[in-house]
Amino acid sequence: MNSSEEFIKILEYAGKVTPYIASGLGVVIKLYIVVIICSIPLGLICAIGKVSKSNIIKGILEIYTWVFRGTPLLLQLFFVYFGLSKVFGFNQFQAAAVTFIINYGAYFTEIFRAGIQSIDKGQYEAAKALGMNYSQTMKRIIIPQMLKRVLPPISNEAITLVKDTSLVTAIAIGDILRNAKEIASRDFTLTPYIIAGIMYLALTSVIVYIFKKLEQRYSVYE
Amino acid sequence: MNRGENMVKVNKINKHFGKLHVLKGVSLEVSKGEVVTIIGPSGSGKSTLLRSINNLETVQNGMIEIEGNKIADEKSGKKIHIPEKEIRFNCKKVGMVFQNFNLFPHKTILENIIEAPIVVNKEARDVVIKRAKSLLQKVGLSSKANVYPFQLSGGQKQRVAIARALAMEPDIMLFDEPTSALDPELTGEVLNVIKELAKENMTMIIVTHEMAFAREVSDRIVFMDEGEIIEEAAPDEFFNNPEHERVKGFLNKML
Repeated sequence: MNSSEEFIKILEYAGKVTPYIASGLGVVIKLYIVVIICSIPLGLICAIGKVSKSNIIKGILEIYTWVFRGTPLLLQLFFVYFGLSKVFGFNQFQAAAVTFIINYGAYFTEIFRAGIQSIDKGQYEAAKALGMNYSQTMKRIIIPQMLKRVLPPISNEAITLVKDTSLVTAIAIGDILRNAKEIASRDFTLTPYIIAGIMYLALTSVIVYIFKKLEQRYSVYE
Repeated sequence: MNRGENMVKVNKINKHFGKLHVLKGVSLEVSKGEVVTIIGPSGSGKSTLLRSINNLETVQNGMIEIEGNKIADEKSGKKIHIPEKEIRFNCKKVGMVFQNFNLFPHKTILENIIEAPIVVNKEARDVVIKRAKSLLQKVGLSSKANVYPFQLSGGQKQRVAIARALAMEPDIMLFDEPTSALDPELTGEVLNVIKELAKENMTMIIVTHEMAFAREVSDRIVFMDEGEIIEEAAPDEFFNNPEHERVKGFLNKML
């Protein structure tokens, strides 16, 4: 058997197993969208709380980000799935979504907080001198400038989230990685992992592209 | 000196930054249409006094009144609490221009100017835009309405900042070292705008290091040192016959 025949055989094999691996794509995309849509606003709200004057709110949020950034996401996933699912009646997907939202919310909180605190004090003073109150100042002056500044770190998190979704393999959700693993152990071959890798690369490329466009759009000023 | 009603009345205000006593019982009155310039060495409390008048600094005691409305007050030495909202309302007729311009970098020049009248005063957008355009014309920047602040020179930025403050139709304008961050060749264009306002009888309090300008534009010069006003006089008198040694020493260094 020469090498070109072998290559064709591999392609045929890949063609056969790809649909099954790709059947995990739906759950990955669904989880990704739900987590992004919920965790970014969560992070924004918590960041505003963290720069507020209330020490109680700041203290609670400090503990929140300390715990969720300081322990493994997989551990949190097990804790929610095996521990809290019965209490709240979560299915696997819901347990995963809740865990990821809270975990990523903690990271976004710190990114947004740092972004808000990086805005020059003069911006607050100018807004105040023009008669704007605190919420007008935050909404119209501080947060729009902060969002532009934090795009690069947010983009990093958004890419990491694509890959982190593969952790749901551990609670028996049929995502890309779990499907690939099933076939790999059945057929004793690495090809399914390569296919899964290509799928993750495709997904992260889309995210990279979206953030590039966002950064371009925001670059009209400075 | 009194030409009319009191626009700003500051009575015995004190301000500490930690152990530093920045304002030591300062009093100042400014009448309608008057241009008062505050000069003095750095660290003398000039900017802090100016910022107190616009509630950017909170004084520990004493009284501050803007057009008869109190933004700080005390009763038998104890500070009286005035609600934040009331202070904000009473400061509405005070416009301010900063050393570092503080334009909003994410908004175009026109958007910078119309922001507060629309958001704070809830004025109709088209009315505000019309006013903003005439203000831009006044400061000589009509062609820059749709560019962003980073595309302007320092002098242009400061002129926009003045237009932005004027868009709120203030009765009193405060200038905190408006030309200190500018290259020398750009200070003239900003000072000319301020002179123009003086001609229109705008009430102004200006902190500056530009002695020739202070002499030309002011009705009264206030000299501060170490948290106190130590001399107040009409410009000619102030520059020709200063009473205090400290003022003489300062002027010798500056002129």
